Amino acid sequence: MWQEQLPTEIAARNPHTSAADVQSGKRLFASNCAVCHGPEGAGGRGANLARPTLRRAADDRGLFFVIRQGLPGTEMPPAWWVLNEHEIWQVAAYVRSLGRVTVERIAGDVRAGADLFRTEGCMACHQVGFEGGRLGPPLTDIGSRRGAAYLRAKVIEPAASLPEEFLQVQIITRDGKHISGIRLNEDNYSIQVRDLTDQLHSFWKDDLKSLDRQPGRSPMPSYRDRLAGRQLDDVVAYLVSLRSDR
Amino acid sequence: MRILIGLLVSGIISPAQVTFDRILHAEREPGNWLTYSGNYSSHRFSPLDQINPQNIKNLRPLWVYQFDALDKAETTPLVVDGVMYLTESPSNVIALDTRTGRTLWAFRRVVPKDVRVCCGQVNRGVAILDDLVFVGTVDAHLIALDAKTGSLRWDSTVADYRTGHAITAAPLAVKDKVVVGMAGGEFGVRGFLDAYEAKTGKRLWRFWTVPVEGEPVSETWGGKGWKNGAATTWVTGSYDPDLNIVYWGTGNPGPDWNGDVRPGDNLYSDCLVALDADTGKLKWHFQFTPHDVWDFDSAEIPVLVDAGFRERQRKLVLFANRNTFYYVLDRQNGQFLHARAYAKQTWATQVDDRGRPVPAAGAQPTETGVKVYPHSAGGTNWFSPSYSPKTHLFYVAARESGNVVYKGEADYRPGAEYNGGGLRNIPAEPGWGAIRALEPTSGELRWEYRLYSPPWAGVVSTAGGLVFGGCDEGYFFSLDAVNGKPLWRFQTGGKIIANPISYLGDGKQRVAIAAGHSIYVFGIEE
Repeated sequence: MWQEQLPTEIAARNPHTSAADVQSGKRLFASNCAVCHGPEGAGGRGANLARPTLRRAADDRGLFFVIRQGLPGTEMPPAWWVLNEHEIWQVAAYVRSLGRVTVERIAGDVRAGADLFRTEGCMACHQVGFEGGRLGPPLTDIGSRRGAAYLRAKVIEPAASLPEEFLQVQIITRDGKHISGIRLNEDNYSIQVRDLTDQLHSFWKDDLKSLDRQPGRSPMPSYRDRLAGRQLDDVVAYLVSLRSDR
Repeated sequence: MRILIGLLVSGIISPAQVTFDRILHAEREPGNWLTYSGNYSSHRFSPLDQINPQNIKNLRPLWVYQFDALDKAETTPLVVDGVMYLTESPSNVIALDTRTGRTLWAFRRVVPKDVRVCCGQVNRGVAILDDLVFVGTVDAHLIALDAKTGSLRWDSTVADYRTGHAITAAPLAVKDKVVVGMAGGEFGVRGFLDAYEAKTGKRLWRFWTVPVEGEPVSETWGGKGWKNGAATTWVTGSYDPDLNIVYWGTGNPGPDWNGDVRPGDNLYSDCLVALDADTGKLKWHFQFTPHDVWDFDSAEIPVLVDAGFRERQRKLVLFANRNTFYYVLDRQNGQFLHARAYAKQTWATQVDDRGRPVPAAGAQPTETGVKVYPHSAGGTNWFSPSYSPKTHLFYVAARESGNVVYKGEADYRPGAEYNGGGLRNIPAEPGWGAIRALEPTSGELRWEYRLYSPPWAGVVSTAGGLVFGGCDEGYFFSLDAVNGKPLWRFQTGGKIIANPISYLGDGKQRVAIAAGHSIYVFGIEE
């Protein structure tokens, strides 16, 4: 185990993805990975892995090598001296299962939903593929991350749960300007904001009269009264269809 | 001073022998930084006063040295007679000309691919004695380099890296010895502190922080728990020459979050140990967190201060512990004098009058997890505090954050992580931080300067009335040491995970800090 042996050939797709493999992977993850990545992979000292796409691993083979070799220059250590090839695949299978929503069969027409998504103005703030605005979270792979019930609730009541990094702020500068937008970055001395018209702003905090952080608030309107029941089904069906894995 | 300037103008850099006597009287040569914490009392205080609240607005970066490695740069540079010695990941030593920032020599060590470190292949600095520079390596060697050339003089194996032993701390040169601590608290190692003969690299003593079955205090491990008891020694200690005592903090017991396999207090984990510098024999110990299940390593800096305490002049050791309590102990005998929380905590209801914490109900990790303050990263951590004999204040970079800790299985496998659980961050509670100035004998807060995030950078205070610190968002900043008012800042462009120092370059005061993957040196030039 203490001699690094390079695996002869590593498959492009994970050959060990059975329910039993995922279960074993979960156990191995708990004792080897969770201390940094959290017990459900939601992140901590290590990256959030509960998401359909991973920043450092484009595909299964990439994930295998990240786990096996670690990431030089970061705190991610190699696992080859603790886990054998089969075990690394099992951990990879578990990681891939995190934050991934299985395909659901739901009512609603995807194509009609796509049309509504455009005509109701969703694209002004949300990016899908290469199109759309940047104010709201991109939705290109939202169907892989969120289920139909969650998405339906969001369309009806947008502020009910917001991504952790998403924060609406209201700023009044010392010279009387009002800016409302989404925080891009912040530190002790400065804050960077994208306003509702996609203008970028950067302020020294010394130049602000007030800075109101508004957790739990969203500039997105509720579509409860704007979409008839059937239309809501269509939009949800469209969102559910936006997957990175098809 | 005049001699040094003369040498520099002539272009000759001539690092003299760094005798034990020079380190002992480090305050006599404020232009140098001769040991990790500035002096043996670990004050991390610079007697330099050229930079002050009036002129600090003119402080500018003079040069930057970029590391090869992308790993965290946690190094504290040493400065001796015009040469800066610093370390970079994994265990390299670089000597720079302090005037120009140009490299004089570099010692690059190739370490095995399977070194086991919990938290990055980091190194926090070197020690220097006579004409040798000492560095511990992530593969658990202690090596000595020629201070003039960087060539290898000796290489001693401290432990087997394959079982998770590593060295990340700067060694401490004391008399004719090099004292060095080790890491591996997340790998179920058995901790120790070593001293080596500086000239030869021969081991002179070893103090085991965890006793073998049958030895005194082994009953605090309930059976076999001692075997993988950890209690490592991964942050540099202090030295009192009058008492001839080395003071060193010890780390968490293993496994970190599951105490079932180690019923009892688990001595000497989470302790301050006082050892005879000549023999390594234990003089006394004080345990901050008995039977720790929160990863509250006491791997912080023991700060030695003589001060009046309850109408009596005493030799004190001040200790801002990761468990969020600030402690005042008598350093002659380890007597507990006082404790006071300096950051939010929910794990103890109080520290009793013998210094023992009373654990709070419901704060122990469970399978599903419990919310507890502080975060396992602590109210502070390895980064250094500072004590200013000018302001008589103790400065600490404090972390305000919580987490959900949970208990997991604890199966020991040599060389594999042995945590017995872990933690989750609390969503929508990123935490914050502060530089806090405490009255040293009471721990009462005199002022605080708030930080956007919980910090990972230490502080230095200066006779010019300044405190320098750093933050996660890359600012290196300075505060008024008396009242905490922000005076100056510079955006370095990288996270600051290191301790600052101050020294003289060309006869002028400099301040240096590692940030991102670089070392920055600041000064005031007309």
